[in-house]
Amino acid sequence: MAELILIIVSAVFINNFVVVQFLGICPFLGVSKDMKSALGMGLAVTFVMAITCLITYPIYTLILVPLGIEFLEIIVFIFIIAAIVQMIEMALKKFSPTLYNAMGIYLPLITTNCAVLGVAELVIDEAQMIGLLGITSMNLGYAVLYGLFAGLGFTLAIVVMSGLRERVAKLPIAKPLKGFPIAMICACFIAMAFYVFALI
Amino acid sequence: MKTNFKKIAVDGVVKQNPTLKLVLGTCPTLALTTLAMNGIGMGLAVTFVLICSNVLVSLLRKAIPSQVRIPAFVLIIATFVTIVRLVLEKFMPDLYDSLGLYLPLIVVNCVILARAESFASKNPVLASAADGLFMGLGFTVALTLMGAVREILGAGAIFGVKLWDFQIAFFASSAGAFFTYAIFIAIFCLIENIISKNKKRKEFALATAYTSSNTEVK
Repeated sequence: MAELILIIVSAVFINNFVVVQFLGICPFLGVSKDMKSALGMGLAVTFVMAITCLITYPIYTLILVPLGIEFLEIIVFIFIIAAIVQMIEMALKKFSPTLYNAMGIYLPLITTNCAVLGVAELVIDEAQMIGLLGITSMNLGYAVLYGLFAGLGFTLAIVVMSGLRERVAKLPIAKPLKGFPIAMICACFIAMAFYVFALI
Repeated sequence: MKTNFKKIAVDGVVKQNPTLKLVLGTCPTLALTTLAMNGIGMGLAVTFVLICSNVLVSLLRKAIPSQVRIPAFVLIIATFVTIVRLVLEKFMPDLYDSLGLYLPLIVVNCVILARAESFASKNPVLASAADGLFMGLGFTVALTLMGAVREILGAGAIFGVKLWDFQIAFFASSAGAFFTYAIFIAIFCLIENIISKNKKRKEFALATAYTSSNTEVK
């Protein structure tokens, strides 16, 4: 139980994927203009990240490591992610059209989201995960939990960002700062807010 | 068909600068610019992958069916990233450690896929190689400049050489990364506006001189 709380606090706040580790910045800046689409994107990414960890972690530990072909991890992972995204899209279309309408348009973008490949690469690095989470050894359960809560951390950051941008859009802004620069200054303030957790 | 290498060079480094103009590949840009050296290392790794993938995509552009082109490009890019990773791990372990997680993530760096899709899959080999080289250089220059600014302000040093004790911790933090990037894009945009305005003024002056000389003749 204590470990669960540790993983939640670490993944969502202290090592927030977007503003601390800089993973998944493209959707963070691109799909954060209104809150509804930000929430949709965040939940879609969370879903894909959890399932990716569930599949890539056993494939790495049970297939790639025993065969001694760890160097193929990048190629294997990117294909697994592409396949997962494609399958989720097809499954959603068939079984849950309402969910598909809410998440569908964001799914193809997720394949090239570095947060997903990033989490797959992170959870197989046992030494780093032990340092991050303060656990004694890595297993599949921790990997999936970390993927899930890292995704929720992403969702939190992107939703906060969209709320901020909705307000900033109404302000008069100097011409050179319009667009990306002002979005990044918003992100700068969110990063400062999350920085507080690293001080604890 | 003659390739305009000068145009490719100017587009890659200045006009279509991937970091400052197109705002692609933002993750490594924000994460690795705490030190100028990291900027150079990341920039050169991306440049190498960009040149190789552009050449191979360009060579295979007639062989790859357009329905499966994206997975094919990703496979090509992932192969070169694996090569870079193995080489760095063996010969430059310090750089390998400081790039860390962001080295495998070059695969999903949008600059590379964007150039494969929008340039290399439509152009001959030599032009694609030049495009990869100059786009990569533009990326490297932007990353190194940002890294230098953040290292000077945040750590009081440049390329690891200590300059003074004065340092602002804000620029070394993640909030400082976003702030520096925002200011860089804004300055780039400002300079671009001034140049295009000057150009317009010159053209306008030329045009008026031309019409006034015409009227004098009449």
